[in-house]
Amino acid sequence: MPTTIHPYGKGHPTMRYALLIHYQQPPVPALTDAELNAGMAAFQAYTKALDDAGVLRSAEVLQTVASATSVSVRQGKLRVQDGPFADTKEAFAGIFMLDVPDLDAAIAWAEKCPAAQWGTVEIRPSAVRFVEGAWAAAA
Amino acid sequence: MTGEAAARAEDVARAAYGRLLAILAARDGDIQVAEDCLADAFAEALSSWPETGIPSNPSAWLLAVARNRRQDLRRSAAYRLADPLDEVERDGVLPVVPELDPDAIPDRRLALLFVCAHPAIDPSAHTPLMLQTVLGFDAERIARAFVVPPSAMAQRLVRAKRRIRDARIPFVVPERGHMPARLAPVLEAIYGAYAIDFPLVAGTEPRGSLADESHYLATTLADLLPDEPEALGLAALISLSLARRPARLTAREFVPLDAQDCSRWDSELIALGEGYLHRARPLGRIGRFQLEAAIQSVHCARASSGVTDWRALRTLHEALVLIAPTLGARVANAAAVGRVEGATAGLDVLDAITDDAACRFQPAWVTRAHLLAEAGCAAEAVQAYERAISLTTDPAARRYLERRRSGLLGRDTEALERGDQG
Repeated sequence: MPTTIHPYGKGHPTMRYALLIHYQQPPVPALTDAELNAGMAAFQAYTKALDDAGVLRSAEVLQTVASATSVSVRQGKLRVQDGPFADTKEAFAGIFMLDVPDLDAAIAWAEKCPAAQWGTVEIRPSAVRFVEGAWAAAA
Repeated sequence: MTGEAAARAEDVARAAYGRLLAILAARDGDIQVAEDCLADAFAEALSSWPETGIPSNPSAWLLAVARNRRQDLRRSAAYRLADPLDEVERDGVLPVVPELDPDAIPDRRLALLFVCAHPAIDPSAHTPLMLQTVLGFDAERIARAFVVPPSAMAQRLVRAKRRIRDARIPFVVPERGHMPARLAPVLEAIYGAYAIDFPLVAGTEPRGSLADESHYLATTLADLLPDEPEALGLAALISLSLARRPARLTAREFVPLDAQDCSRWDSELIALGEGYLHRARPLGRIGRFQLEAAIQSVHCARASSGVTDWRALRTLHEALVLIAPTLGARVANAAAVGRVEGATAGLDVLDAITDDAACRFQPAWVTRAHLLAEAGCAAEAVQAYERAISLTTDPAARRYLERRRSGLLGRDTEALERGDQG
C-alpha cells in the first residue's frame, strides 16, 4: 500500500473519513457458516478494492459488543462497566479509515461496503490525528 | 444408472422447471405449495428413475407426481383446517402415469412473469421472484447475486408469494388495454437483473453475474409476446450487449466500447439480437429498449463495416433522451454530440445537465474528462479524471481511468509518482 502519496496526483488535497460500521449484534436471525463465509468473502473483496485503489489507511472489525468493557473515571473513582457505552440494537462493529478527496467519494465507497446491506455505515470526517509525535489537522 | 437419472432429472429441471411451476401455481396461485410439490416430484424422480427407467415424457411424469403430491397435501388434516374442503372435491384424482403432456398445455410462464412483476408486489421482489419461479433458483443463490443476507432474501420471497396467494393475484396475461402499463415492470425487472450494479463481492469466486439469466428471461418473454416491440427490444438489447462481454476486459483493465477488439464479440448473439430488433421494427411502436438496442446495434455494426456511424448514434441518443430522459441517457447523449460536433459542443450538452445527482454521477465525470482531453484542456481534464477516479470503486475501471489520466500528465510527473509510490 502506498503510504504517504495519495493517488489523485500531486497537490490534490484529500480528506480522511472514518466509515463507522454499525449492525445488529448478535445478528438476528443467527448466521449460518455459509452466510458467515459469504460475508467474510465480501469484506475481503471490498477491503482489497479499497487497498488497491490506495485510499485505505486502516481497517478493523471488532469483536461483538458482548466483549465490550467501558471505562470512566468520576470524582477520581474508576468505574469499569461490563458492556458497551450505549446499549443499542445496532452496535458499533468496525472502522475503515479512508483517504479520499471529498464526501462524494466517501459515499461511493460506503455504498459498496458489504455491511451497508445489513447495517448502517456512518461517515465521519476526521478532525485531527496524531502523526509523528504531534496532533495535526487530519487532511 | 443413478448418475444418469440424476443428470436427466437435472436436464429436465433446467428446461422445464418454469413451465411446470407455472402450470402448477396457476391453478390456485399458491407458488409456495407448487414449489414444494415440484421439489418432491424431483426427489421422487431421483429415487425411482434408477429402478423404473427414465419415463418417455419426463416432464409429464414430474407434473403428474407434483399434482398427486398436492392432492395428498389437500387431504392432509393440517391442510384441510387451513383450506376450504370443496377444493378437494373439485380437484378429482389424477393417474400417476398420465397422458398429460406439458408441451401440449399452453405455456403459462407468461402469466407467471406478469404475476412476479404485478404492481401489488414490492418492486424489490420482482426480479428475485422471476429467478426463483421461472429458473428455479434457491433463495441463497439469489441473495448472493443481490448481495443481501440469504435470510432477508428468503423473507422477501416468502412475503411476496404469500401476497400473491392471499390477495389472489390472477395468473393471467393482461389484456391489450392494460398491456403497456403491466409490461413495463416486467421489462424493468428483467433488465434490472442484467444491469445490476454489482458491489465488490468478487472474493474468490467469479462475479455472480445474472446476465445469462436475464438474457434467458428476456428471450423467453420476447418469444411468448412476439407482437410487443418493447419485449423484442429488450431481448435485442441484452443479446447485443452480452455479445460484447468477452471484449470488455483485457489484462484486468476495463476496455471502452470504441476501443474493443470486435473480433472478440460473439457473432451468434449479435445475429440473435439483430433478429429481435428486425422483428420489432415493423410493429411501429418505438420505445426505450428498442432505442437502446438500436444504439447497441450501431456499435456492433463495426464488426462488419469497420467503422462506427456516429451520426446515427447521435440521432438515436437524442431520441432516447426525449423518450427516457434518465441521467445516464443524457450523459451518453453529450458523448455522442461530442463525437459528431466536436468536444466543445459535447461539453455544452453536458453543462446543460443541471441535475443535482450529476455532480456525484461517475459516468458524467468520465465523459467530461474525455471531452476536456479531446478539447485540449489537459489540466482541466486531469482534474475531471481525478474526480471520476475518486467516484470509481471498480478496480478494472479505476485502472483504465488512471492510465488515461497519466497519459495527460507530463512524463516528469509520471516518473515522480512512480518513484514516490515505490
